[in-house]
Amino acid sequence: MLLSRVAENLYWMARYIERAEGLARLINVNTNLLLDLPKGLAPGWRPLVEITGSEALYLERHEEFDEQRVLRFLVVNQSNPGSLQSTVQAARENARTIRDIIPREAWQQINSLYYFTRDEQQAALSKRGRFQYLAEVINRAQTLTGTLAGTMNHDAGYTFVKMGRNLERADVTSRFIDVRSAALIEEELQQANSFDAIQWMSVLKSLSGYQMYRQSMQARIRRSAVQRFLLQSTEFPRAVAHCIGEVQASLRSLPRNRKPLLLINETQRNLQGADPAAMGQAELHQFIDQLQFALAQINNAIADRYFPKPAPPNN
Amino acid sequence: MSITRRDYPHQGLYDELIDRGGRARPVAKPLLDHFASYSDDELKQLISRTELAIREMGISFTVYSQENGSIDRAWPFDPLPRIIAKSEWDQIEAGLKQRVQALNLFIDDLYHDQHILKDKVVPEELIVASANFRSQCIGVNPPRGIWAHICGSDLVRDAEGTMYVLEDNLRVPSGVSYMLENRHVLKRVLPELFESYAIQPVDNYCSQLFDTLAALSPRAGDFPEVVVLTPGVFNSAYFEHAYLAQQMGCELVEGRDLVVDSDDCVYMQTIAGPQRIDVIYRRIDDMFMDPEVFRADSMLGVPGLMRAWKAGNVALANAPGAGVADDKVIYAYVPEIIRYYLDQDIQLPNVPTYVCLRDDDRAYVLEHLAELVVKPANESGGYGMMIGPHASKKELTEFATLIGKNPRNYIAQPTLNLSTVPTVIDTHIEPRHVDLRPFILSGEDTQVTMGGLTRVALRAGSLVVNSSQGGGSKDTWIVEGA
Repeated sequence: MLLSRVAENLYWMARYIERAEGLARLINVNTNLLLDLPKGLAPGWRPLVEITGSEALYLERHEEFDEQRVLRFLVVNQSNPGSLQSTVQAARENARTIRDIIPREAWQQINSLYYFTRDEQQAALSKRGRFQYLAEVINRAQTLTGTLAGTMNHDAGYTFVKMGRNLERADVTSRFIDVRSAALIEEELQQANSFDAIQWMSVLKSLSGYQMYRQSMQARIRRSAVQRFLLQSTEFPRAVAHCIGEVQASLRSLPRNRKPLLLINETQRNLQGADPAAMGQAELHQFIDQLQFALAQINNAIADRYFPKPAPPNN
Repeated sequence: MSITRRDYPHQGLYDELIDRGGRARPVAKPLLDHFASYSDDELKQLISRTELAIREMGISFTVYSQENGSIDRAWPFDPLPRIIAKSEWDQIEAGLKQRVQALNLFIDDLYHDQHILKDKVVPEELIVASANFRSQCIGVNPPRGIWAHICGSDLVRDAEGTMYVLEDNLRVPSGVSYMLENRHVLKRVLPELFESYAIQPVDNYCSQLFDTLAALSPRAGDFPEVVVLTPGVFNSAYFEHAYLAQQMGCELVEGRDLVVDSDDCVYMQTIAGPQRIDVIYRRIDDMFMDPEVFRADSMLGVPGLMRAWKAGNVALANAPGAGVADDKVIYAYVPEIIRYYLDQDIQLPNVPTYVCLRDDDRAYVLEHLAELVVKPANESGGYGMMIGPHASKKELTEFATLIGKNPRNYIAQPTLNLSTVPTVIDTHIEPRHVDLRPFILSGEDTQVTMGGLTRVALRAGSLVVNSSQGGGSKDTWIVEGA
């Protein structure tokens, strides 16, 4: 039977890898977006820090959200636990203690991703090298996900990999929607802006969802349709509903799953029952807040049920 | 390229494969004939194929440094095997069984009635002062009275060709995974040689180990839950812990995975809840095993483990306290221990050993310090040793003082000229010193590995076979016929 410690390490390894990939996507798309938009309209770099939920930490050190500072903070900063390098390092630390459980290639790939993010960091900070660097991180993270899917027994251990990956993905997507909506909704209300579509397109692209949106929604790029797609699609693998569905299916195969499963069923019901298009900005923000809270609850329920209990104080 | 010529530098030592006349020993003839036809290029290819196999198979050992964390290094391996005739091995095997059997009786006696001390065969003060005697184990009855289920004894051959036992490892002996992997590597890189020899297989070790462990289960009839307890990834033998767990199909657990509940049973924390453990193959030293009883600052152990063991609810292999018998001073008494318990003469000799506690021996040692190897009683891994012929005046004086202050803690032995085996060095072949560590399993039966782990000192003239200090290893063949 799978050890609780091993389950926890597998879960967090997958979460951190997914987080690193999400961050790389985010920075890449923001870079592109800035090139497409006129100066006055460009959202700048602040939203990136907001999406990663590290605004307070950032403001402790800097006042300005300029490109160089934000990038350094998000990619290389060791004291920012949410930076790309810290995230990859955390994935590696989790993988290290279960090296004998995960396929050898997977460990080697994590290790080499770790060295890549450090050795090539100058590229990430330069305008020209950045795209390549981030594309490489995304590519390696995808390879790793594929290696795990294709070479690891699909047993309880892999179930924890899948749960970690999908919960993190749901979290990343919901953050993207939240922050982008806040910046965009107001404009939609004021006037139909020709750049509006471009910005929503960028949201889709940051999640590799542009093509899939086109295929699945057959609608022009509109806020309401994009939000419905990213929140409620059960087909698109980065849509929140799809990710939650995956966690739900994974949980069903585990023992003692009642409590986390109840939570996740409820979350899925609430998500599918909502109508984001009818929500105003404040309402949507609140809805996503609740969604993120639910995701955190699910995480805690999984941890509480399956992960090691903290040792009792030694006295 | 031929290595059976006179240019093979013998240095007056015993070589395992080549006699003093430069001729192949009978067991080694097919091997050396095979290599005689190798060109330098072929030899280079063999080496690179070997290195590739080791990398691909992921055979590594861990070196830990503060800066770089733990680094896996490829396992240094020489493709020329060490060969021992089955007829000789049978005698060695019998000697090892005799030895381990007597040592187990000795340990059990020490933790019960101490007949051997009362009969003054072994001086009581040795045990009282032993750093490895655990008073917490007194009166405990492990199954079948066996304390050391897994023993690794180090054998060396001297210049005359006599095989000696140099020391016994009764605590957490390591190296067996490399013995098994060495065979896999060699089968891969020199398959043709296996056709010209009848080599005894070594493969069944892991299933024998599992059976030995499973038989210790306190719950009869069930499928026992056996686990391997490791200190964790930073331990230099972690590769082996993971390897053995995998091969036996057991969980590899760390101390933090286990809890001892109020029923004095041991449970591991799994996703399905706590699961009871029957047998723990522990690769953690006694002192770190249970912070309630031994070192309170141990983060590696399991609080309450000793309680569970004493209550008979879990088996520990090796049993705590078994290390009392691999003390280097106790070693000197092994011939007497064998005679006392088995009424037999020792079959596999000890290296002549001077016990500094004995007045005569001490006087001799102090007089001949510069010729002897002095070892402290309870250190392993070559720590705290002095090699007389290589020691400075200052060291000699230092050790004379140390011995005077604490004679119980020291033994001395003559410096042995370890035997050599031909070893590939660049594109030619040179003799290098070796030792041999067979592993002995004690349970319902006593089983000895076919051969063991041959460790080789890769530096010319060096006697240090430790992998962290420039040592490597070789496959060991026990062959029929010849």
